[in-house]
Amino acid sequence: MRVHVDADKCQGHNRCYALAPELFDVDDLGYASAKDDGEVPAGLEDKARLAVANCPEYAISIDDNAAATSDGHAEKPA
Amino acid sequence: MTGHHPPVTDWATDFDHADPVWAANPFPIWDDLRRRCPIAHSDRYGGVWLPIRHEDVAAIAYDTDHFTSQSVIVTEGRPLAPAPQGIAPPISSDPPFHHEARRLLLPAFSPKAIGPLEPFTRSYCNELLDAVAGEPVVDAAEQYAQHIPVRIIAHMLGFPPEDADEFREFVHDALESVDLPVETRIENFAKLDGYLRAQVEDHLANPRNDLTTFLLNAEMNGEPLTPEHVGGTIALLLIAGIDTTWSAIGASIWHLAQHPEDRRRLVAEPDLMPLAIEELLRAYAPVTMARLVKEDFEFNGCPMKKNEWVLLPFPAANRDPEFFDRADEVVIDRAENRHAAFGLGIHRCLGSNLARMELRVALEVWLEHFPEFSLADPAAVRWSGGQVRGPRTLPIQIGIP
Repeated sequence: MRVHVDADKCQGHNRCYALAPELFDVDDLGYASAKDDGEVPAGLEDKARLAVANCPEYAISIDDNAAATSDGHAEKPA
Repeated sequence: MTGHHPPVTDWATDFDHADPVWAANPFPIWDDLRRRCPIAHSDRYGGVWLPIRHEDVAAIAYDTDHFTSQSVIVTEGRPLAPAPQGIAPPISSDPPFHHEARRLLLPAFSPKAIGPLEPFTRSYCNELLDAVAGEPVVDAAEQYAQHIPVRIIAHMLGFPPEDADEFREFVHDALESVDLPVETRIENFAKLDGYLRAQVEDHLANPRNDLTTFLLNAEMNGEPLTPEHVGGTIALLLIAGIDTTWSAIGASIWHLAQHPEDRRRLVAEPDLMPLAIEELLRAYAPVTMARLVKEDFEFNGCPMKKNEWVLLPFPAANRDPEFFDRADEVVIDRAENRHAAFGLGIHRCLGSNLARMELRVALEVWLEHFPEFSLADPAAVRWSGGQVRGPRTLPIQIGIP
């Protein structure tokens, strides 16, 4: 699973960072981005969904099909 | 003070958000309008529209082409300061000016800048409640909530904390006395202007590490800010965070006073606090914003005329049953909560991280001191009217009655 923050939609509400600081970071202006290329470590899937469900701007999305390869890069199944 | 206007006859065609009925309990009004309109209009204030559904409020908040933020407080007059800067940048500014003016301020209000203010806030909240220890009845608005945001913003701006009463007067004049004649409002603004000028002079003579000195030295696009820009922004920072956060703290205590199950759960499960804060912000969002219509324009069948107001009642959007399950209930551990208490789009409340921290710390400290409490006299609770709604008188009976 991977999470993605749409920088054009993020207005810095900071809801994702507050709920799931393991998955999101904020810059000096308060805008969010996904950590580690958005890869969601095992066990944090619910937190990722919680972040999506709390973004007032609909700026966060989840790609359920993205599987992580052994070197940490996501690979989409064909 | 509100109630300078005649009473409302019909909320769909003659509404007035400064009416005491709205201040006391707006929820049934919104339910009624959701069924009947859902966008109400009133000829008061020179023409004002009131969308109620989340969908409409969001659409207008996002539409900076047809709506200007030149003034965000509905009054009898129209803004004196020209677009795109407006009187209190960046809240009163339109793109592209807005973007740069806001960018300047964002670092000071980012989560990482606000975090270090938490110990100061916590110690001040403790000080306030230590001072009322042993009193059987505490006014949670007058003796607690109203002091917290004032103390913190005075600290951030580098203003004397002993001027707090004056700050609250400025807030009252700007945000609550919206139905007063234009002349009275201009006189009131002159008081604020005079106070801010003196503070600016003092900071010019004695620069220090605070937001006022930062703004006096700041540049936008390689140029120093104009005195109007600096003054307008300082006025905004002083006023915008005070009665808004005070309202959110008070409304949350009002709720917890009447819902022992929620109160006891928060005491037993302090980890719930982050979700609870968002739910209390959803259910009792204090702030309604406004826009002006730029040119004649039809929105969802409503013929909006140039220079008419449009209210953006985020508190009503937050109670929309089409958008939220159990919209009218406080679900203290609500997991899905895309509430709009801090607005939507480019004008998202600049101070939201500060407000959220103050609200959480204020409630944590209150519950540590007073795990059990109830309303001392429900009939004595008084709510502010206008565009910022929250308890202004809130007598709380401490302990189990």
